[in-house]
Amino acid sequence: MAEQQSYYVPASSPWPIVGAVGLGLIAWGAGHTVIDMSKEQDGYGSTVLIAGLVVIAVMLFGWFRDQINESMSGKYSSQLGDSYKQGMSWFIFSEVMFFAAFFGALFYARIIAVQWLGGDSNNAMTNEVLWPEFVAQWPLVNTPGGTETQAMGWYGLPAINTIILLISSVTCHFAHTGLEQNKRKQLTAMLGITIILGCIFLYLQGAEYVHAYEELGLALDSGIYGNTFYMLTGFHGMHVTLGTVMLIVMFLRVIKGHFTPDNHFAFQATSWYWHFVDVVWLCLFVVVYVL
Amino acid sequence: MSTAVEETHHDTHHDHKPYGIGRWLFTTNHKDIGSMYLWFSFIMFLTGGAMAMVIRAELFQPGLQLVDPHFFNQMTTVHGLIMVFGAVMPAFTGLANWMIPMMIGAPDMALPRMNNWSFWILPFAFVILLGSLFMEGGGPAFGWTFYAPLSTTYSSDSTALFVFAIHIMGISSIMGAINVIVTIMNMRAPGMNYMKMPLFVWTWFITAFLLIAVMPVLAGAVTMVLTDKYFGTSFFDAAGGGDPVMFQHIFWFFGHPEVYIMILPSFGIISAIIPAFTRKRLFGYASMVYATAAIALLSFLVWAHHMFTTGMPVFAELFFMYCTMLIAVPTGVKIFNWVATMWRGSMTFETPMLFALAFVILFTIGGFSGLMLAITPVDFQYHDTYFVVAHFHYVLVTGAIFSIMAASYYWLPKWTGHMYDTTLAKTHFWTSLISVNVLFFPMHFAGLAGMPRRIPDYATQFADINQIASIGGFAFGLSQLIFLWVAIKCVKGGEKAEAKPWEGAEGLEWTVPSPAPYHTFEKPPKVE
Repeated sequence: MAEQQSYYVPASSPWPIVGAVGLGLIAWGAGHTVIDMSKEQDGYGSTVLIAGLVVIAVMLFGWFRDQINESMSGKYSSQLGDSYKQGMSWFIFSEVMFFAAFFGALFYARIIAVQWLGGDSNNAMTNEVLWPEFVAQWPLVNTPGGTETQAMGWYGLPAINTIILLISSVTCHFAHTGLEQNKRKQLTAMLGITIILGCIFLYLQGAEYVHAYEELGLALDSGIYGNTFYMLTGFHGMHVTLGTVMLIVMFLRVIKGHFTPDNHFAFQATSWYWHFVDVVWLCLFVVVYVL
Repeated sequence: MSTAVEETHHDTHHDHKPYGIGRWLFTTNHKDIGSMYLWFSFIMFLTGGAMAMVIRAELFQPGLQLVDPHFFNQMTTVHGLIMVFGAVMPAFTGLANWMIPMMIGAPDMALPRMNNWSFWILPFAFVILLGSLFMEGGGPAFGWTFYAPLSTTYSSDSTALFVFAIHIMGISSIMGAINVIVTIMNMRAPGMNYMKMPLFVWTWFITAFLLIAVMPVLAGAVTMVLTDKYFGTSFFDAAGGGDPVMFQHIFWFFGHPEVYIMILPSFGIISAIIPAFTRKRLFGYASMVYATAAIALLSFLVWAHHMFTTGMPVFAELFFMYCTMLIAVPTGVKIFNWVATMWRGSMTFETPMLFALAFVILFTIGGFSGLMLAITPVDFQYHDTYFVVAHFHYVLVTGAIFSIMAASYYWLPKWTGHMYDTTLAKTHFWTSLISVNVLFFPMHFAGLAGMPRRIPDYATQFADINQIASIGGFAFGLSQLIFLWVAIKCVKGGEKAEAKPWEGAEGLEWTVPSPAPYHTFEKPPKVE
C-alpha cells in the first residue's frame, strides 16, 4: 500500500502512440487481408499487416528497452513493482476469459446444440424436419450437413505433449527458485530446458496438425468438432509461442545479468504466463481430447 | 525503500506542461489523457448522434423517403456501436482518468504509459469502423449485436474490418480497466481504505472488473464470427453442428455485464452529486457498495433474458426471469438511498443537480420498463419492438449520458479553472430534458402497439407517434450543440472558479486548486 513518500511517474514516451499506430495498421491490414483472400484478389492488406507487425515489434523492443534501462538504473519503487504484478495478474485473468469463450462454445455445442439436432429434449421435430438421418454423437465426425472426418485420439502425441508441458512448468518453477536463491547455474539450466521443452511442444503440435489434416481428414472446417479442436489448440499454441519467445528474452536477460533475487518482475511475469499456458493445456487435454 | 526514487523526481515535479502536439501524443499525464478521452467521446457522441438524426428523419413518415433500407440498417448498427464503444465507455474512462487519482490521493494512474496507449488505440479503431461504411457493399448492417447469421452468411464483405476494429477497441478497454483496477488497489493515499473511497471510485473498481471479465468474451465472439464467415467454421451454423443461438449466448454473456459497465460509474457520479447539493452525507454508503457488487455479480447470471423468444427450455426461461428480477433489489436500494439522502436536505438546484435529479427519475422509468421486459410471457409481446428501444434509451441516454453530463457540469470548474455559463447550461438541461422525453416516451406506445425495431418503414397507424419522436429527436440533437458551446466557452475562459465551487461538495479533489495542477498529490495527502 501507499506508504512511500512519492510514486514514480514515468516521463512521457513515444512508444504508446507507436503501439497504437501499429495496432491500427494490424487491424486494417488483417481485415483487408481476410477480405482479399475471400474474394481471391490481390490487395495491399497483407503488406499493411506486415508493416503493422513490424511497427509493433519495434515498439515492443523500444518500450522494453526503455523500461529495462529505467529499472536497471534503480528508478522504480517496490510500489511500482506491485502495480506491475497486479497488472499482469489481471491480464492473465482476461486471457482466461478469452479461452472461456471457446470452452463455452465447446460445451454448448457438445451438450446442447448437437444433442438438439439429434432430437434430444423436445426437439424431435427439429431432427425430423432438418436432418432426419443425423444421429447425435461426440466427437461429431459426421455433421448434419454431411461432412465426414475422424476424431483425434488422446494417446500418442497429445499425451506426450501433456507430459512435456507439465515438466516444463516444473522446470520453469525451479528456474524461478534458482533465481530467488541466486543459484545461477540452476537458473540458466532450468530456463534453458524450459525453452527447449516449449519448442518441442510446438514442433509436436505442428506434427499433430499435419497428421490430423493428412491422415484423419480433420480440418478447421470439418464441422463443430474440428472448429473447436483447432480454435482451442490453435489459440493455445499461439500462447505457447508467445510464452516461448518471452522465455527466450528472459534467458538473454539472465545471461546479461539483469535480474537480482529480489528484483525480477519480468521473469516472474513470464513464469506466471507459462504456468497459465500449462493450466489451459490441462483443461484442453481433458475436454478436447480425453472426454 | 524509495531512496532511489527521489533523485529521479526532478523531471516530474515541476508544474509546467509540455507544449505542442507532442504533449498529447506522448503524454503520461492522467489529466491530459482524461481530457483526450472526453473530447474523443464527445466527437463520437456527435457522430453517432448524426446517424440517429438520419434514422429519425427516415422514420418521420411511413414509406421510404431518404435512404435505402440497407443504408438505414448500417445507420442503426453503427449508431449503436459508436454510442456504446465510442461515446459512453470512453467518457467514463475519461472521467476515471481525471477523477480517480485525485479522489484517492494518487499522483497519477498506476500505469501511465499503458494509459496513453489505451487511449490512442481508439481513434484508429473508429476510423477503421467508420471507413468500412464507404466500402463496396457498405459497412456493418447487422445491428450492434451482430447476431449470426446476419453477421456471417448475410453480411457485407467489409465485416472483417468490423471484427478487427472491435478487437482493438477491446484491447483498449481491457488495458484501461487494468489500469483503473491497479490504480485503485495500489495507489490509495495512506488512510484511504476501501470503505472510505468515494462511490465513483468504488463503482469504477467494480466496472473495471466487469470489463476485464467480459471484453475477452466479446473478442471470442467476433473471432468466431470471423472464422465462420471467412474460414469455413460452423460455430453458428447448424449444418456443421453449431447453433446460431449459441452466438446469442456468447454475445449476451458479454453484453449484459456490458450494459452495467455503462451504468455503474453513473451510480458513482450521482452518489457524489446528490449529497453535494443536498448538503448531507450520502445515505447508506456501505449498502451502496454492496448493492453495486451485487448488481455486478448478478449481471453474469441474466444474459439469456435477451433471448426469451429463441426457444430455450422453460426451466432456463424461468431461471433467467427470476435472476433478472432480483437485480431490481440492489438497484432499488440505490434509488431509495438517493431519495433518502435528499430527505430533509437543504437542496439547491445547480446544473449538475438538475441532471442528477433527472437521472434518478428517468433512470427509474427505464428500470421499470426493464422489469416489464424481464417477465418472460409478456416479453414474447415486447421482444424486438420499440418498447425495447424506449427501455434502453431511457437507461442509456437519460441514465448513462445524463450522468456524464452531470459529471461534466460538476467537475468542469475543477478541470478548467473557470465557472461555466450557468444560464446556457440550464438551457441545455431543460431543452434536453423535454426533448429526450418527447423523443423516447412515445416509443413505449409504438412498441406496445407492435412496431418492430430496426425497420426503415412502418404501418401507417404508427405515423403520429413516429413524427412526435422525430421532432423530439431533432430537438435533442440540437440541444447537445449548446453543451458543446458551454464546454468550449468554459475551456476558453470565464469567471475564475474557486478550489471548491460547490459549498456542499466533499472529497480530495476539492482540496486542490482549480484548475487542478498538472501534477497533483506528489506527496500523498493524509486521509482521516
